[in-house]
Amino acid sequence: MAETQGGRSLVVDAVTHRYPSGALAVENINLDIKGGEIIALLGPSGCGKTTLLRIIAGFIAQTQGRIIIGDDIVDTLPPNRRAVGIVFQNYALFPHLSISENVAYGLAARGVDKAARQREAQRLLELVQLPAMGERLPRQLSGGQQQRVALARALAIKPSILLLDEPFAALDKNLRLDMQIEVKRLQRVSGITTLIVTHDQEEALSMADRVAVLSHGKLEQFGTPSDVYDRPQTLFVNTFVGSTNRMPGVVVSADRTAAKVRLDAGAEIIARPAGGALSEGGRVTVCIRPEHLQFVGDETGFAGVVGMSLPLGATVVHEVTTADGSGVKVSQARIGETRALENGAAVRLAPLAPSLANAFPATL
Amino acid sequence: MGAAPASRDVTSYGMGLAAPLALFFLLFFVAPLLQLFWLSLHNDTAGLHWGLGQYLHFLTDPFSLGVLGSTLLLGAEVTALCLVLGFPIAWLYQRVGPKLQTIIILIVLLPLLTSVVVRTFAWIVILGRQGIINATLQSLGIIDTPLKLLYTQFGVVIALAQVQMPLMTLPLITALGRIDANLDDASCSLGAGSWRTFFRIVLPLSLPGVIAGCTLTYAAAITAFITQSLVGGGQMLFMPMYLYQQASTLQNWPFAAAISIIFLLAVLAVVSVFTTLGRLSRGYGGA
Ligand SMILES: Nc1ncnc2c1ncn2[C@@H]1O[C@H](COP(=O)(O)OP(=O)(O)OP(=O)(O)O)[C@@H](O)[C@H]1O
Ligand SMILES: [Mg+2]
Repeated sequence: MAETQGGRSLVVDAVTHRYPSGALAVENINLDIKGGEIIALLGPSGCGKTTLLRIIAGFIAQTQGRIIIGDDIVDTLPPNRRAVGIVFQNYALFPHLSISENVAYGLAARGVDKAARQREAQRLLELVQLPAMGERLPRQLSGGQQQRVALARALAIKPSILLLDEPFAALDKNLRLDMQIEVKRLQRVSGITTLIVTHDQEEALSMADRVAVLSHGKLEQFGTPSDVYDRPQTLFVNTFVGSTNRMPGVVVSADRTAAKVRLDAGAEIIARPAGGALSEGGRVTVCIRPEHLQFVGDETGFAGVVGMSLPLGATVVHEVTTADGSGVKVSQARIGETRALENGAAVRLAPLAPSLANAFPATL
Repeated sequence: MGAAPASRDVTSYGMGLAAPLALFFLLFFVAPLLQLFWLSLHNDTAGLHWGLGQYLHFLTDPFSLGVLGSTLLLGAEVTALCLVLGFPIAWLYQRVGPKLQTIIILIVLLPLLTSVVVRTFAWIVILGRQGIINATLQSLGIIDTPLKLLYTQFGVVIALAQVQMPLMTLPLITALGRIDANLDDASCSLGAGSWRTFFRIVLPLSLPGVIAGCTLTYAAAITAFITQSLVGGGQMLFMPMYLYQQASTLQNWPFAAAISIIFLLAVLAVVSVFTTLGRLSRGYGGA
């Protein structure tokens, strides 16, 4: 099993898991992952990400469904025979073994002889840019370095699938960016199918080829980052990924591609029916991202009063109170000297384009 | 450190607070020990002649050396048995649900809730010629004549192991509980089977607990006067009883004192072997 198996496909087929305590942690998850893809599992805390990862690794036997790696159904294989590498959230380095012994551990388990194992460990430590740390113990390394060692250790067994559970959560912002680039580079070089668990949407969107958004154990959407960000299929995805304004309204007319919605804030706008067909007269929630709203000079759009303005570097965010009393956020790129908006100024707002407003049936 | 810096070193606080305890130790531990040592340096019971005669006597007397040897061996056997039986219990404890954990802890602690004398008599009832084991084996027709279990090394080891078991199991449970459960999973996902995981990860990381448990069990087993004498009976002589005979029955106080000192040194030597082993084994033990 020591030969490279980089780029095997992974199918999660209708997997459901209920813990013995009765908690339904994941429910009917289907993922079809091609060999060599980077997938992000994105979702809020407690939505079942770790559970799904542990099912794929083989630490938990799912209640229902199948896991297929390459052409093999692996459900009956124990974790040590699945060739799945895993990097734990807390790294889980062996505290009593040196860094190179940690990296070589999987090779020793495979019966690779000592000299070959040391050579390979050294090669991997160079790959993660820690060539001089081999003799140290894990506690003598910083968090970021430990995490790179954990990565090298997982890569040493040449896994066909690499699983990373919130690998960057404990790192500060700069280091996190470095490590994200690092992992992406290593993944490109090795071509290993990679699954990254995260609740950081920026991480998911920037690193992954495709993103699976989970909520309460259910798969909300599985698509490319731009699918998930620009064409969310559920209200949850729209609000969880990126920030958005939720504006209630009533459907005036609707077909499959466009719906005319009368907003409670007082304007008729065209929105995209995102979560399936909408019925005329039904209440909807329209989601418009702050960067997709613009100030307009004419009588289109809806009226509002400017509250606070927050200059956030490259953008300025304005808080606007609409006629129905709800607040919306508008973000404007700072181009040259942006016109400062007075507190209390009356303005009118409209979406940049109809396709940028998403209408979902209102849930009561 | 010599000159006091502007801010006080935290380690310099509170030495005065330890004074009562230090005084207590000085009065009731160090002083009697010194007196014992002083006593052992007399060649005669009247305490008139100074010399190392008592030590020479002990160290050249095959009988005395035999008693010392069998006592140290007894400790090793009890410790080994406790370790072999206690480790699986501690290991199991970390892998079952909270309900079973409570039950296991209760079972482990139960021996501590009854007096040693009572427990020892229970063992006499179990091991005796007409005891539970012999009666059962005989009624099943497995043996014709009762086995000799009481007043044997075997009987003493079994009884002592049961009596001292909590001293082994509790440190082991603590040590195993400190091991991150993810380490097991990490080892497994790297391709290691359960045996490799146990010997390369779990066992080395639990060494601090193993050392603590062994030290406690060993020290308790070799000094367990009551259990040794009751289950061992007249035929088996161990250091505590030997000491007692010399002091109380034969009134040979200088020799008893020398036995005590030699016994003390022997125990210290064994305990320091345990600790050195622990340090050598690269155990991390939070040090
Ligand atoms: N061992 C367990 N026994 C019972 N329920 C559990 C167990 N582990 C997790 N759960 C429950 O299953 C659900 C999913 O947990 P999981 O750890 O997969 O979440 P997660 O998405 O990884 O969250 P986080 O982002 O906080 O790590 C939670 O509601 C949790 O309470
Ligand atoms: Mg988790």
